[in-house]
Amino acid sequence: MGLESKLINDGFFTTTVDALAAWARESSVWPMPMGISCCAIEMMASGDPKYDISRFGSEVMRFTPRQCDLMIVAGTVTYKMAHVVKKIFDQMPEPKWVIAMGACTSTGGMYRSYNVVQGIDQFLPVDIYAAGCPPRPENLLNALMQIQEKIGKTRVKDFPDPPHVSHEAKQNDLSLSKN
Amino acid sequence: MKELLNEKLTKQFPNIQFEVIEQFGELTLKFDKSAIVNVCAFLKDEDGLKFIFCEDVTAIDWAIRKNRFTVVYHIFSMENKFRLCLKVDVDESECSVESVSSIWKAANWAEREAYDMYGITFLNHPDLRRMYMPEEFEYHPLRKEYPLMGIPGAIPLPKK
Repeated sequence: MGLESKLINDGFFTTTVDALAAWARESSVWPMPMGISCCAIEMMASGDPKYDISRFGSEVMRFTPRQCDLMIVAGTVTYKMAHVVKKIFDQMPEPKWVIAMGACTSTGGMYRSYNVVQGIDQFLPVDIYAAGCPPRPENLLNALMQIQEKIGKTRVKDFPDPPHVSHEAKQNDLSLSKN
Repeated sequence: MKELLNEKLTKQFPNIQFEVIEQFGELTLKFDKSAIVNVCAFLKDEDGLKFIFCEDVTAIDWAIRKNRFTVVYHIFSMENKFRLCLKVDVDESECSVESVSSIWKAANWAEREAYDMYGITFLNHPDLRRMYMPEEFEYHPLRKEYPLMGIPGAIPLPKK
């Protein structure tokens, strides 16, 4: 049907590890739906069959930060909530990205008040701002596509291993010492 | 209902001056804050009145007036289908009023909110903590002198 039908007899591609890893990462961005207020409704709408976020490989909304690559902060972040958002963000494994969805999240929006954080970039590294109040699902999908473009340009060396010793390395060490 | 209230209250509390105001189709009674617990308990328990439902406890900041704050109680009588508003003045120098949460449990959180937003202390309240703002917050944001955009650094943000 597609390209693979032309390559039946032991067909193969050549590519680089960088390109393959970036392609795999950008095609399966799992979002953390940080739905705090009304923007969350549009975020849900972008998951329904009409807009269908699964066309971009991002339909797997995980409600645990430990399985996510992308945090969609959808809604007004108060100072009290900011600590919760930050705590959840810190639990996400690297590499990770952030979409600031909507006017409130990006700038405080219409809540120019003492209790609302005037833009979550004061405490989170935001990659894409989606404008609108709330942004339509197309706009969120556009933000997702821009994130994908950004991920597509990354290289494996951009995400070095964390300094701690991995489980496999510990096992190897143990087996070596036995020998 | 107004006559019944008038009759019962003057009979029960001959020493208390009740100022009766009618506005927004609602009856308002204004009196001294020292009587608040006795009057509320009477309104709740007296046969024929039975104001068993405390809808809200809130406050007004008049900023420059002598008695700066007014604490407002909205109570409702299911039996008479009648809503009553009680008002007591509180001055900033003695910024406290007796709690009515022993009479209506619903007043507990409402009084906490009024304390959080205006800094009015409700005496003998079982659990007078802030309702919305963080525990370590030092101000009372609905007071007129508090700026709309807040005081920078009053509520800490997480580090980037």
